[in-house]
Amino acid sequence: MTTDIATLDGNEAVARIAYKVNEVIAIYPITPSSPMGEWADDWASRNQTNIWGTTPLVIEMQSEAGAAGAVHGSLQRGALTTTFTASQGLLLMIPNMFKIAGELTSTVFHIAARSIAAQALSIFADHSDVMAARSTGWGMLASASVQEAHDFALITTAATLKARVPFLHFFDGFRTSHEVSKISLVPDEVIRAMIDDELVIAHRNRGLDSDRPVLRGTAQNPDVYFQARETVNPFYLATPQIVEDAMQQFGELTGRYYQLYEYHGAPDAERVIVIMASGAEAAQEAVDALNAQGEKVGVLKVRMYRPFDVDRFVAAFPATTKSIAVLDRTKEPGATGEPMYLDTITALFEGWPHGALPMVTGGRYGLSSKEFTPAMVKGVFDNMLADQPKNHFTVGIIDDVTNTSLDYDPEFDVESDSVVRALFYGLGSDGTVGANKNSIKIIGENTNNYAQGHFVYDSKKSGSMTVSHLRFGPQPIHSPYQITRANFIACHQTVFLEKYDVLKDAVKNGIFLLNSTASPETVWDTLPEKYQRHIINKNLAFYVIDAYKVARDSGMRNRINTIMQTCFFAISGVLPRDEAIEEINKSIKKTYGKKGDEIVKMNLVAVDNTIENLHKVTVPDAVTSSAGFLPPVTPNAPTFVQNVLATMIARDGDNLPVSAMPIDGTYPTGTTQYEKRNLALEIPVWDPDVCIQCGKCAMVCPHAVIRIKAYDEAVLENAPETFKATDARDREWGGMKYTIQVSPEDCTACGICVDVCPAKNKAAAGLKAINMEPQPPIREQEVENWDFFVNIPEMPRNLIKVNSIRQQQVQQPLFEFSGACAGCGETPYLKLLTQLFGDRAIIANATGCSSIYGGNLPTTPWSHNNEGRGPAWSNSLFEDNAEFGLGMRVALDKQIEYARELVARLSGEIGGTLAEAILNADQSDEPGIFEQRGRIATLKERLSGINSPEARQLLTVADNLAKKNVWIIGGDGWSYDIGYGGLDHVLASGRNVNVLVMDTEVYSNTGGQSSKATPRAAIAKFAAGGKPSPKKDLGRMMMTYGNIYVAQVAMGGRDEQTLRAFLEAEAYDGPSLIIAYSHCIAHGINMKTAMQDQKMAVDTGQWLLYRFNPTLAEEGKNPLTLDSRQPKKPVSEFLHMENRFRMLEMSRPDAASVMFEEAQGDVIKRWEMYQYLAQRPYGPADDNGSSGTDD
Amino acid sequence: MNIQTKYLGFDLRSPLVASASPLAKELDNIKKMEDAGLSAVVLNSLYEEEIRAERQALLHHLEYGTESYAEALSYFPEPEVFYAKTDAYLEHISKCREAVDIPVIASLNGSTLGGWTEFALKMQEAGASALELNIYSIPTDFEQPGADVEQNVIGIVNSVKEAISIPVAVKLSPYYSNMAHMAKKLDDAGADALVLFNRFYQPDINLETMETEPNILLSTPQASRLPLRWIGILYGNIQADMAATSGIHSAQDALKMLMVGANVTMMTSALLKFGIDHAKEVEAKMVQWLEENEYESVEQLRGSMSQKHGVDAAAFERAQYMRGLKTYAVNS
Repeated sequence: MTTDIATLDGNEAVARIAYKVNEVIAIYPITPSSPMGEWADDWASRNQTNIWGTTPLVIEMQSEAGAAGAVHGSLQRGALTTTFTASQGLLLMIPNMFKIAGELTSTVFHIAARSIAAQALSIFADHSDVMAARSTGWGMLASASVQEAHDFALITTAATLKARVPFLHFFDGFRTSHEVSKISLVPDEVIRAMIDDELVIAHRNRGLDSDRPVLRGTAQNPDVYFQARETVNPFYLATPQIVEDAMQQFGELTGRYYQLYEYHGAPDAERVIVIMASGAEAAQEAVDALNAQGEKVGVLKVRMYRPFDVDRFVAAFPATTKSIAVLDRTKEPGATGEPMYLDTITALFEGWPHGALPMVTGGRYGLSSKEFTPAMVKGVFDNMLADQPKNHFTVGIIDDVTNTSLDYDPEFDVESDSVVRALFYGLGSDGTVGANKNSIKIIGENTNNYAQGHFVYDSKKSGSMTVSHLRFGPQPIHSPYQITRANFIACHQTVFLEKYDVLKDAVKNGIFLLNSTASPETVWDTLPEKYQRHIINKNLAFYVIDAYKVARDSGMRNRINTIMQTCFFAISGVLPRDEAIEEINKSIKKTYGKKGDEIVKMNLVAVDNTIENLHKVTVPDAVTSSAGFLPPVTPNAPTFVQNVLATMIARDGDNLPVSAMPIDGTYPTGTTQYEKRNLALEIPVWDPDVCIQCGKCAMVCPHAVIRIKAYDEAVLENAPETFKATDARDREWGGMKYTIQVSPEDCTACGICVDVCPAKNKAAAGLKAINMEPQPPIREQEVENWDFFVNIPEMPRNLIKVNSIRQQQVQQPLFEFSGACAGCGETPYLKLLTQLFGDRAIIANATGCSSIYGGNLPTTPWSHNNEGRGPAWSNSLFEDNAEFGLGMRVALDKQIEYARELVARLSGEIGGTLAEAILNADQSDEPGIFEQRGRIATLKERLSGINSPEARQLLTVADNLAKKNVWIIGGDGWSYDIGYGGLDHVLASGRNVNVLVMDTEVYSNTGGQSSKATPRAAIAKFAAGGKPSPKKDLGRMMMTYGNIYVAQVAMGGRDEQTLRAFLEAEAYDGPSLIIAYSHCIAHGINMKTAMQDQKMAVDTGQWLLYRFNPTLAEEGKNPLTLDSRQPKKPVSEFLHMENRFRMLEMSRPDAASVMFEEAQGDVIKRWEMYQYLAQRPYGPADDNGSSGTDD
Repeated sequence: MNIQTKYLGFDLRSPLVASASPLAKELDNIKKMEDAGLSAVVLNSLYEEEIRAERQALLHHLEYGTESYAEALSYFPEPEVFYAKTDAYLEHISKCREAVDIPVIASLNGSTLGGWTEFALKMQEAGASALELNIYSIPTDFEQPGADVEQNVIGIVNSVKEAISIPVAVKLSPYYSNMAHMAKKLDDAGADALVLFNRFYQPDINLETMETEPNILLSTPQASRLPLRWIGILYGNIQADMAATSGIHSAQDALKMLMVGANVTMMTSALLKFGIDHAKEVEAKMVQWLEENEYESVEQLRGSMSQKHGVDAAAFERAQYMRGLKTYAVNS
């Protein structure tokens, strides 16, 4: 039997098996498991078949709960069925999992294990999700590596069919799910041999069938439920043997043998660590190194965690074991210990066969992908030697609060010199990671070397740094941790030089490759002092290339991936240079072949040009630079930002102790202003002479870096020399000065402002009132101007006419400098929301893009004004956001009610006039709110002099008497799919909540999976063949209630309509829903001109603008105002602007022509329906004021 | 009446040919053209820039924003196959060839050396009867001499002729210092026909938006004067066939072109404006004129008013221009 070798990541390794051995696959995206579903959908769209020669049916559901339900149903019908998930997704499946196990149903769920959101969300790995599911009655098998994940996916499937116990097969998120590794593929004949068709048929025959009807899922009573629950015991007792047999059979077929509890180490070890999943690999490395030094230690790898087989478990330990440390990658606050620790103690107590029980300690490691290294393993072994070993310890962090953490020597290094270790620092946009994945494949598939790639990404979506960790070596690589001693370090962007010490991990005599515009002769002088010192002290071979020049000269524009990859092979010596280049060329043809010969050619040219332009730098003997690193935050940052957030920004967050962290996940707002990322090579520059002061540039700026102020001329007295100001043109601002200022260090250079600027320079029509210019030459002056500008007093809110964009845009944004993608289509709406209502907004934010760019550390964009007011923000979950916001609303309503009661009760003490004024205040506009805040200040002053319990109570709730509102915000994945039921209920409640749906028409945050908001004919993940059904009309559905304000807007379509809808929604004393078209990177568009896409969507009728205002119905008028004009252009003009649609034409032209026509049909039908609804005569309101008559 | 002619080695039943236009994108229109008596059809042009832009855009959008952020390492599934515009075009050639008996001439529009031979070969393989190279170039490099521009065009023709065996026509602009010399060089390079002339899409200015925008105007009969002159000058002096295009709307327009020496006359604007069946009317009136004037065949007429055979040899040169001015002055 031949064994194929492949270099792939854990998700693909698992999906390949799962796809082969199932008939139905229900999917839903959640990081880090989404790629498994994507693979399945992709293969199904190509009609790839399973081992029975049929294409599995892959179906996307609306949530993980939905996926679990669908899986349950499919299993009940007897189909082999699976799903993939992680974290909260697994939690949503738990109810069905109890059922599936209770009904003894064979299935395997594949889990990329991930942290569960507690004090904060984390997408990274630990076992808190699978541990939360351990009471469901499912078997649990842990994989420690990509190879194991591939193999165990099959072993669990084979076992579950026989055992009838369902299995969770889990592996560590990112660490294993995203690690690229060279593995041996399981051949189809092995899969066939492992899966017993008799068992498959038995499974099928247990399915519900009207030809042989049964009833399953009864309700049982106290008389029998208990006994019935015990019927399954024999199956659980038999399962360990079944899994062991499957492992044995697999070993015989492949040569790879596994055990349920696998001991590795000295046969006479006294100290043994118990651990599962990828951490076991690091432990094994440490054990080997320590035993080589003469110690007697071992590691017991737990593969099968449930059913927990006591006999096999205890039998796996050496009889000499005296001390056991159990390492759990989860935390159960309040428990007597973490789960596997408790299981171990129980097992030893029940079954230890060797006399005196060993000492058992337990500890936590690796939460949220915290690094877990052999050095930490040694720390654990060292702890076991102590007279009083620390129990319930942590390792890998500094716990200076409850002192749980173990000390360890981070210098303890076990890696063999035969392993080549390479680090690559790139920008997200430069293709570094893609090139490295490609290099791993080249090495893995063309040499006898084993290869491993692990990739670390930034928390920001724009301008993010990526670090690639690559290992190559002649032996299998068991190092599931990041590289800290690198033979080769490449820095693909010079911007990192002034921020980070990328050479700190370089070993002596290593290689440093730098992409720089500086020549080999001058590059030395561009390096900071620390770099020069590293290069000299470590005797690094230093190479430089101007990759961007090579890219341009080769027709590659700014794509340097192939060039830097060629450099790596040319100087690392991993492969002979000629051989390497030949393989790169082959790989280029393979990768780019289908995208066109031109693309192939330019890459091949780039390879040739690279060698000519790669230079070794002659390193001087002495350090010549005195330059240091830029400070991570500005000097004016508050203490918390300086001490904590700045440490994270400097990539040193691992060293922050427990005491530095807020205890309950609460953080200050307005912190992005201190992190100057300097991403932009070009920034917009204002031309006051051309400007018509329309405010559009500031309105669309996704990053709130363009600000407008109108102010008294006297302010300019101390203005910097280059500060620009002109006379305000608005009639109401006569005599005032006007400035549009750009924050040069926060701009992302998206260019949307320039695109929307309607003012042309009369003398040079190519210029507008705002134009992009290189940032570096003007950075310093513009920083000075910006600092001056922010200190200009804000115009009082009560003096601003908010229904005019040109005036409204002087309102201070309280959402600024987010880490969203450059040119994001969502953030302009959020910024507008905060300008209009931010000083009184409480925000519930669904998980998704907005919760990430809005709440991902280190710094966060929700801000506050000079009075200290601003949005109070929180994220609960993905699925419950509407309910979360409603909870805020009802709490607020209760607090308002209570405050009003107290005001009434205390009116004698506080003054009847004031009480009356407060209770009857009109707060429908800014002046009204302003006045009410004044009254409340007076009230609080008076209350402070009243010594009564009620006065003290009122003091704490008095601020609620000023208008506050709740905004519930999120994307279409939340509102159309997973949270739709809750959204429907919340809107139907009649409560005064404002819902903003930023509709990107895909699950943007997880990489563009189809949602029910995805329009027909769009290609998206989970809709690889193009979405065949039309977009759900959420707005129309909600209009049917009659008492919900509903608006559909597109800022790029008509910005005035957007503004009006926001104002009306907030003013409406009831539930409101704004559905905002949000262009997205996942549309495959030019982000700079994305507002043109929005306009075209509106002009072609693909996106309708309307407002449904129930207050009009109360007045007897038709509540629906259709703000769109009749489409005059065919929808194809819009579809052809965006890659999501064009790709359908390119991949399935026949389907495209049908679907495009259907899409036009959708437009026509929608327009006719809305036109009818908007034009129909509307009768007088009924008693409920909620509806009129139909004709 | 014998209205047969020869063009690119094909015996055509008439000298009326449909030139490259959006009409030719639809197979039904191609069939209608044959039914209307048009003797050959030049397909809509495959634009080199468009192909490049499409590929670059595809690559850009498939890669943009990827491998940057842990939760979204890509944004699109990657289909197994991409059918580029080229593929659709090639398929169109094959379908047209199957659907009609008249020659189907593929048209390739570009401005650089790269890609020409590759696309030309694919068009031949797809079954194109012949190829029309539409060498569309506006030289704007202040340092580039005119001779280089000319040499670039010659180079393209040479390389395409080497790559393929089907006949090659070259559609070119009139903007060369010495059109006669250029025509001769193309003739020497092996061009089987010259198509005179290409009408550039000239930009227009939108006064509302203060932006330039393409503003495609259909040709008028006045546009036929330029090819009329040059075909008249070139007839008999080069081996290559000549096709007249620009401003041919009526039988009279076609007859004039034939008189100065065109092998075929090509129509686009008239078909767009009046419909494909307009060709029937043009042919009928052409035949009627030939009969009324007692011609035996188109071949007899062809070149009769060329510079070589014309009564007034200077008519195609400057003298005629002077006369034209005088006439204009008198009339106005």
